[in-house]
Amino acid sequence: MAVEKFPIEASHIMMFARSIGDANPIYYDEDYARGTEPGSIIAPPTFAQASAQFDPDYRLRPKTSGDGWLGSGKEPTGIKQEASTAAGGGGLHAEQHFEYHRHPQPGDVLSATTKPGKTWEKQGKRSGKLYFSESVTEYRDQKGELVITARGVGVRTERLVDK
Amino acid sequence: MALNGSDLKVGDTYTECLVEDLKRTQLVMYAGASGDYNPVHTDEVFTKQISGYPSVFAHGMLTMGMTGRMITNYVGDGRLTKYGVRFTSQVWPGDTLNATATVEEVNDGIVKLKVETTNQDGASVLSGYATARVD
Repeated sequence: MAVEKFPIEASHIMMFARSIGDANPIYYDEDYARGTEPGSIIAPPTFAQASAQFDPDYRLRPKTSGDGWLGSGKEPTGIKQEASTAAGGGGLHAEQHFEYHRHPQPGDVLSATTKPGKTWEKQGKRSGKLYFSESVTEYRDQKGELVITARGVGVRTERLVDK
Repeated sequence: MALNGSDLKVGDTYTECLVEDLKRTQLVMYAGASGDYNPVHTDEVFTKQISGYPSVFAHGMLTMGMTGRMITNYVGDGRLTKYGVRFTSQVWPGDTLNATATVEEVNDGIVKLKVETTNQDGASVLSGYATARVD
């Protein structure tokens, strides 16, 4: 993932906070936020993940051209079955880590660059062999200063995890 | 709002109910806000018929986001310095989640917390850590 410009916007923070059920006014009320220690609306701890909105090639968002989306319409999937199984079924998020150098606020414009990290395999109890891969994303602000370092681990399984 | 380091003892805990009877609509809200539109979180037809899961399930990052709310309510706004998790089980519509932070260490103005989120059956769905500045 490479995101050139991830503008931190108040209404995006408000919607994100609602979606995680967080009623803390520091995520939507500027007047309240002014009287808090941060002195401004700030982004909730996992908000950096929403940079996907600003990744032009993000593969888990239907393209505005309308074609090639794997979700259901007339048929249970809009694309060929083998491809959709790979994209929807096999991959899961295994770990996520954030290190905060500071908390972004509206007005910041971040950029993000991602580098691949380690890969490893493990024998799973419920899903056959597990293939792990790590990626490290650095979020920098408009001055080039590091704001958040994020490390994600994805896992692909040989078969579906039993419920 | 913020915690005072001298009031904290190793083993102190703070618990919040994150959600009762998780609704599919909340998964839609999270998809819209985060930009992760993977249909396994919102599209029941696709998820059952193509992916083979019994229903849509929550984004791991939704569980991490809700758990983060418990942590920031405990440590105060803007105080978090690290937060990391492993997703240990899937979260399904109808689940009720509780999250607990346990103080592991207080040192040099930083509290280290163990973080655990469990479902209505007591099964762990998320396991991790956080560090935060304290007064």
